[in-house]
Amino acid sequence: MFETLSHLALQQYWWVIVSLLGALLVFLMFVQGGQTLIYTIGKTESERTILVNTLGRKWEFTFTTLVTFGGAFFASFPLFYSTSFGGAYWVWMIILFAFVIQAIAYEFRSRPNNFFGARTYEMFLFINGLLGTVLIGTAVGTFFTGSNFVVNSMNQSEWATPFYGLEAALNFHNLSLGLTVFFLARVLGLLYFLNSTNHPEIDSRARKHLIYNTIPFLVFFLTFVIWLLVRDGFAVDADGVVSMESFKYWHNLLAMPVVLLIFLLGVLAVLFGIGSELLKQTRKGIWFSGAGTVLTVLSLFFLAGFNGTSFYPSSYDLQSSLTIQNSSSSHFTLTAMSYVSLFVPFVVAYIWYVWKAINNRPIDEEEMNSDDLHVY
Amino acid sequence: MLESIDYTLINWSRAQFALTAMFHWIFVPLTLGLGFIVAFMETIYVKTGKEEWKRITKFWMKLFGINFAIGVATGIILEFEFGTNWSNYSWFVGDIFGAPLAIEGIMAFFLESTFIAVMFFGWGKVSKRFHLTATWLTAVGANLSALWILVANAWMQNPVGMKFNPETARNEMVNFWDVLFSGTAVSKFLHTTTSGFVLAAVFVVGISSWFLLKNRHQLFAKRSIIVASTFGIVASIILIGTGDSSAKDVAKYQPMKFAAMESVFEGKTNVPLIAVGLFGESPDENINKNSKEDFLFKVEVPGMLSFLAFSDFNAFVPGIKDLVLGNEKHGIMSFKEKIKRGYEAQQILKAFKAAKGVDEVEYQRLKAHFDDPVWVDNYFRYFGYGNYYSPDPTQLEENAFKIVPPISMTFYAFHIMVILGGHFLLLFILMLFLTIKGKIENMRWVLVIALWTIPLAYIASQAGWIVAEVGRQPWVIQDLMPTMTAVSKIDSASVMLTFWLFAVTFVGLAIAEIRIMIKQISIGPKEGGK
Ligand code: HDD
Ligand code: HEM
Ligand code: HEM
Repeated sequence: MFETLSHLALQQYWWVIVSLLGALLVFLMFVQGGQTLIYTIGKTESERTILVNTLGRKWEFTFTTLVTFGGAFFASFPLFYSTSFGGAYWVWMIILFAFVIQAIAYEFRSRPNNFFGARTYEMFLFINGLLGTVLIGTAVGTFFTGSNFVVNSMNQSEWATPFYGLEAALNFHNLSLGLTVFFLARVLGLLYFLNSTNHPEIDSRARKHLIYNTIPFLVFFLTFVIWLLVRDGFAVDADGVVSMESFKYWHNLLAMPVVLLIFLLGVLAVLFGIGSELLKQTRKGIWFSGAGTVLTVLSLFFLAGFNGTSFYPSSYDLQSSLTIQNSSSSHFTLTAMSYVSLFVPFVVAYIWYVWKAINNRPIDEEEMNSDDLHVY
Repeated sequence: MLESIDYTLINWSRAQFALTAMFHWIFVPLTLGLGFIVAFMETIYVKTGKEEWKRITKFWMKLFGINFAIGVATGIILEFEFGTNWSNYSWFVGDIFGAPLAIEGIMAFFLESTFIAVMFFGWGKVSKRFHLTATWLTAVGANLSALWILVANAWMQNPVGMKFNPETARNEMVNFWDVLFSGTAVSKFLHTTTSGFVLAAVFVVGISSWFLLKNRHQLFAKRSIIVASTFGIVASIILIGTGDSSAKDVAKYQPMKFAAMESVFEGKTNVPLIAVGLFGESPDENINKNSKEDFLFKVEVPGMLSFLAFSDFNAFVPGIKDLVLGNEKHGIMSFKEKIKRGYEAQQILKAFKAAKGVDEVEYQRLKAHFDDPVWVDNYFRYFGYGNYYSPDPTQLEENAFKIVPPISMTFYAFHIMVILGGHFLLLFILMLFLTIKGKIENMRWVLVIALWTIPLAYIASQAGWIVAEVGRQPWVIQDLMPTMTAVSKIDSASVMLTFWLFAVTFVGLAIAEIRIMIKQISIGPKEGGK
């Protein structure tokens, strides 16, 4: 069935899938956000154990989503993978290290004789929460602001600055997205704590910090969005020639009302989730804010990739900019991969089922002292 | 053409990849095998309802969890590295290579990471059957992760199912099933996963022997030995069988690697297999047309190498010199000729790019080459050799000798692997026999050997990858892309720095992991079925 689709249709289909994975990843970064709050919310050792364990049952999902996001990007838009990873070397390497130290931290933290001591592993979690969110946000920021690279006629790429990607963090617009993601992740982390733990002190502290984190989140988010809508964007014409267009992303929103709708719905749902938790203490805020996050991020990816826009622009050499058309895999590979994508709903279904089975009741101190379960 | 290459960058990139891949591979094989061993144990628990088996299951499961975490941590590095350090490679073959990585994420990693959560946090929360299913799915998921990456690796050794597109300057997939079911991929998958099973079986047998030596948890230890050595015997037999089929694939598709594995300089018929050998002068020094092998001593099995390669004791096995210089009698094209042809293919691609938008007729004419199967089969096929071109015949010959992998490293690694493979099989048989006969406690020397076989299993396993990866040098993609053109163009100082960062991180992680493991082992299984 996918064979009959045009190459362009497949490219768009895969942009939607990659966007969806990216959006889910940002939602799942509540794990990272939560990791930066372990000491803020947990004042005693047993409270911290509860927090680490609620996060510890979910970190694998975030991690695997990141891995799959990378793999899917490689398979569908390999030129992006080679250009960005091979050029913005340092940004990706730092992100990488931040995730390497996370992956062992949960399992090793509470094991006896663990060499570095529990504090170090908690610090690893904090570093991962901080760098992981800020830098991934910053890297995605370059989808709108551009990077410094050239791609030659053999499609080999080279970076044009000696900082290999670190320069992206000096651009305040990129950084505003990075900080948005950071504070959003913290907000989601708090909502997740409220949903999945059962402990009065944790509850009241989490609600207090929800307010503290929502404010900077909103400030950075609005800065990013307003700036985005007024800045020049990278437009691509029918022949693939790239040029700067003022108010490009604003034009994209108007040209794609569905995206505008997704964006507005998403933002409202995020706010509704936070508000419902602050006003009514529903414990369900994470679901609204989580769904809202997915929608909002999805709409941002759509703004970057659709409507004749370059999703990975080069500000150094405009014509090297990558679009979903010039950076994608062949028709055959995209077709084959599209069949594989049919597994995704199935995967989501069993994840959902298992999540329900494991989180059937909020975690409390009693469970942490159980002898039968694995405790981090 | 070789002069303009930045070897510092290439060597640091290679070193970094080798370091990270080999570090990942310390943890992966245990996961592959222990997953199944734990699943067998839990199945016995569910069938018999005996708490003792739950205790056994949970002990090994805990070790599985510790090992798994670090396997995951190191795996993500490799995935990123294809982009960060091998970006030209990632473009040149990404159309084929990216797909298995993505499928791996969607089909295998999620399976593994979802059900591992049930394995650890589901006791008492889900039914026994569901828990058991989750344990099995985790084991299957781990082995599916191995499947896809090994398909990708096999494709690098034996690239099939694709066509070069001059427009995009990359290889594009035309047949997914050819990639998935190539003989190389099948043998590689079976050989590698069973090598993981063997390693895990050695691990369980070795640690159980330690408990017996310490007179602790004897029932637990003996039961573990029975499960693991049975599994080990079956896996070893498949391992040796698939090792043989891997060798046949290598002989067919990578004859140079095969010659290096056995250090065959001059091609012969009825070639003996060197069972044990020690080099006198290193065969790698300055290889040229007068080089020959120099063994201080060797033990040979007559005709065996011919048989191993082609199932025929009298078959001709080409040597290193036949491959470089050619051998008309046996129809072997020389590397020198391949270099010339590869160079021509590269020039046509360049001319094609230059003609684009300038001279439409010329452009179409050049493009037609890439659609012509005869030309592709006689010229494009040697594309990668073109990088070794030189107009000067002596220089050309010298360059052709550069397409020989490190011989002694490949040779030794291969022999270590094969000898240890035999050792493991004998050990499993002995352990199973003695345990069933109830004599194992008294045979302390067997227990000591079993304990010290654990590091040997890791050595055999790493050696296998050295054969596969070092033996294919200088190719990343056999015949199409040499390592030197695969690297990202970044400055070597950056790569050097990340290399050391990885090295330091890995030392720290390894110390932590080993200490935790040893502590968990010495704590032993908890009494009372918990
Ligand atoms: C416990 C580990 C272990 C043991 C005992 C053996 N192998 Fe092995 N071997 C591996 C672990 C391994 C491996 C790590 O899984 C490799 C690396 C790459 C691969 O495909 O599998 C491998 C590769 C490998 C290759 C290279 C494949 C390639 O280049 O693509 C050959 C020819 C053999 N093996 C042959 C054998 C034979 C004839 C054995 C006889 C006993 C044997 N191996 C035992
Ligand atoms: C986990 C087990 C593996 C080990 C231990 C291993 C080992 C090695 C070693 C030792 C090298 C350096 C060779 C040299 O340059 O001298 C290397 C290079 C490389 N390997 Fe592997 N490898 C493994 C798996 C893989 C897999 C599964 C792939 C691909 C799917 C792969 C792809 C590469 C690449 C791209 C390089 C760099 C290019 C090169 O130097 O040749 N490796 N590997
Ligand atoms: C060089 C290429 C390789 C890459 C890019 C790679 C990538 C990865 C990644 C990203 C993970 C983490 C998955 C997660 O999020 O759960 C992982 C884990 C894993 N990989 Fe690799 N891997 C490579 C080599 C191999 C090889 C050669 C095998 C097996 C034959 C293998 C088997 C596994 C398994 C079983 C896991 C699960 C974790 C563990 O067992 O320790 N990988 N790998």
